[in-house]
Amino acid sequence: MSALRLTALHTRYALVETFRVPIAVIGSLAFPALAFLFFIVPQRTVADDPVFATQAVVQLMVFALMSNALFGFGISISQARETPWDPYLRTLPAPAVARILSQVLSTGLLGLVALVPVLVLGATLTKAHADAAGLALGLLALVASALPFLFAGIAIGYAMPMKVAIAVVQIVMFALAFGGGLFLPPVLFPGWLDAVSRFLPSRQAREAVVQAVQGGEVPWWAWGGLAAWTVALLALTLVLYRRDEGRRFR
Amino acid sequence: MTSLATLAGVSRRYGDVTALDAVDLAVGEAELVGLLGPNGAGKTTLLSLLQGLRRPTSGTVRLFGGDPRDAASRVHLGCTPQETALPATLRVGEVIDFVGGHFPDRMPTAELAAEFGLTELLRRQTGALSGGQRRRLSVALAFVGRPRLVLLDEPTTGLDVDGRRALWDAIRRQHTAGATIIVTSHYLEEIEALAERVVVIAEGRIVADDSLAAVLARVGDRWVRLATPETERVAALPGVVAAAPDETGVSLAVHDSDAFVRELVASGIPFSGLQVRGATLEEAFLALTERSAA
Repeated sequence: MSALRLTALHTRYALVETFRVPIAVIGSLAFPALAFLFFIVPQRTVADDPVFATQAVVQLMVFALMSNALFGFGISISQARETPWDPYLRTLPAPAVARILSQVLSTGLLGLVALVPVLVLGATLTKAHADAAGLALGLLALVASALPFLFAGIAIGYAMPMKVAIAVVQIVMFALAFGGGLFLPPVLFPGWLDAVSRFLPSRQAREAVVQAVQGGEVPWWAWGGLAAWTVALLALTLVLYRRDEGRRFR
Repeated sequence: MTSLATLAGVSRRYGDVTALDAVDLAVGEAELVGLLGPNGAGKTTLLSLLQGLRRPTSGTVRLFGGDPRDAASRVHLGCTPQETALPATLRVGEVIDFVGGHFPDRMPTAELAAEFGLTELLRRQTGALSGGQRRRLSVALAFVGRPRLVLLDEPTTGLDVDGRRALWDAIRRQHTAGATIIVTSHYLEEIEALAERVVVIAEGRIVADDSLAAVLARVGDRWVRLATPETERVAALPGVVAAAPDETGVSLAVHDSDAFVRELVASGIPFSGLQVRGATLEEAFLALTERSAA
């Protein structure tokens, strides 16, 4: 059995399981859309300016992918580690990489689906604008820049029990969202915050996607930073997975 | 005889607790081994080492000559999930196909379902199954990959008599077809029905490893309880396999309770509150544990 086939197998059944409880899917679809409706659409100075409105759409799409990844992985993995089905799956001959990749694919797919409502709302209720090339490049940049969050979520899921994971995910998510300029745009940041912000994967993701959509050049610290975060967090994920023996009781 | 699973000098500690203490065990082709022990004796830890779920604190664990933590070593291993663990929203056929998809030479779903009485249930979600049906599915999953070694942890717990016998028959057929099986159980009856070799674990150590008949001869199958001022004389009577004194009296494992009572009366030792009954497995273990401590 190749790792690729096993990855496809695990992905398929993870999605089948998710879609058997449709309310979970609807929740992750609705959350970013509601945030957009409440925080962006009523601010007409932002909504009526094509540049700012587009950036706001990008910011919320990055936020949607980030929260989907952190919650989807951090909490579902820590929860799965506490149920007896997960230890059973670990007795099957599937290598670590197949199980991790299948989690990436299934939750990642749901994250992409969650982007659609934000895109539609942005296009219909604001002056946000992107041409076809910008849209395609932007989606590519989104997928690539979501990787650090996927691996961060997985690492949290394997590192801690569920109750701790919920708290940590929330702290990490809001720190990254505010610090990365996903709620307030970085042009409003004081100099010191702007400098710190450039080390955060959320800020790097925002810059990469904004530039991809609006046709500017992605600053080196954004793509370099994203690559560094991805490699570091992937390595951490693999170490934590191999170390993992299910929940430890003392 | 080639060894499918080997533990050599294996210890496993959780913090200050020693779950397994220098255990040596080899299980070879075509064996049917009963693994017995009270709760907390280390049975589950031993199985989880063979499944690659945990690694030993010291010593080496080998599965088909490899490290059980490598996925490739587990291609010929079959395990059961706890029946409460089955994903409630998946259908029976889907669970079988999902697990079966991991193995290069899997048993077709229809064949497996027929063997374990699941044919009528394939379209049912596992959340809608009864406890006994879930139990059958769990055990069936261990065999879907045509494994050479199968680990069954309490396979018939919670089943009624008919269900248990049907499952035993299925397990025996699989064993006859060539699978090596390690089964843990709390039921003496189950071990008697299935196992050829019996390994008893107590407090992390193997206290007995022998043929079924030999182990049964050591544990005593009747349990006598009485109060007496002369515990040691009672324990020394012929036919006593083990004695466990406590605050209110002494419990004794014996093979022939009638003969023991005649001896007791003839000895003239004062006693009161005599009770005689069949030994539970726990008590049988206790007898072995007492002996290993002595």
